[in-house]
Amino acid sequence: MSKVIVVTSGKGGVGKTTSTASIGAALAQTGKRVCVVDFDVGLRNLDLVLGAERRVVYDLINVAQGDAKLKQALIRDKRIDTLYLLAASQTRDKDALTDEGVERVINELRSSFDYVICDSPAGIERGALLAMRFADQAVVVTNPEVSSVRDSDRIIGLLDSKTRCAERGDRMDKQLLLTRFDQARCSRGEMLSVADVLDILSIPLLGIIPESADILRASNLGAPITMNNASSIAGRAYGDAARRLAGETVPMLVPGTKKNLLNRVFGRRAA
Amino acid sequence: MTLFNFFKSRGTAPVARERLQILLAHERVSLGSCDLIAILRDELLATIARHIEFDPEKLSVKLDRSGAMSTLEIDVEIPSEEIAAETRRRAPLSRVSAA
Repeated sequence: MSKVIVVTSGKGGVGKTTSTASIGAALAQTGKRVCVVDFDVGLRNLDLVLGAERRVVYDLINVAQGDAKLKQALIRDKRIDTLYLLAASQTRDKDALTDEGVERVINELRSSFDYVICDSPAGIERGALLAMRFADQAVVVTNPEVSSVRDSDRIIGLLDSKTRCAERGDRMDKQLLLTRFDQARCSRGEMLSVADVLDILSIPLLGIIPESADILRASNLGAPITMNNASSIAGRAYGDAARRLAGETVPMLVPGTKKNLLNRVFGRRAA
Repeated sequence: MTLFNFFKSRGTAPVARERLQILLAHERVSLGSCDLIAILRDELLATIARHIEFDPEKLSVKLDRSGAMSTLEIDVEIPSEEIAAETRRRAPLSRVSAA
């Protein structure tokens, strides 16, 4: 059965697009058919992070308005052949998207993909509400930082009230993806801990992604880290998050936790 | 830097945590009840409008929270002639059903 997942946060710059691309690529690598959809009309970037910026011809608005067929607008990844992108329009106004148009596109995507991952724009305006509107579950991307946590709390409230799922009276499944986490700063008491954020937002944890230069390197190259450098710490963290999203039970690692003496001696990875 | 300052400057995370907990406890209540009031208002409007013609602007819904007790205050202003007309219209009917 196909799943529609919204990647959202409220606050900008916390890693929604990077997370969408990385998790999408990781899921597609397992052979699942995945479509990542950019809802950030006017400020699209998912195409760039996926290295498909020169291949966009038609976009979400063209399909939603019936000016192009879905098949014409879908861009197939050149490296993973089960990964597809539906880009956002760069020139149109965000008001060009309607509830009915988006619903039709999402339903059509449901029939041909295992996972439809909607990359939400920042904010709580129309674009963000439409990105979450028809989702079955949500990934809330949060940085361990006060403004990000506050905005995530607001978004969780919207997921529980403004989505189809909520209006039907169902409880939307929401999971937290903590990004840009720095264990060293957390140990020094300079950064909110994983437990702090979980305690405040009270939704289950999907994964912890460490602050990492590898992620910037991956987006420089237009290849998600799970594709470009899957064995890096951040790459593995995203890979694990994707497996949890697919329903696997994967032990939660806190990236950057010091190896204990025994592990050091035997050269094992910190678990 | 004195030793005292050294310890004092450590750990801003607990402050962040506490500030967030206080702020969000507040915001959840106020934003949550805004939605509740909007829903109540819409449904009350629809119910009253089914029976009496009135100005939707004359309906006020207030939710007050103080301690363990909350009060919901609904204030509807209806023109007297509308009420009179409506009771006259319904009166014979209710007598029949009572008998």
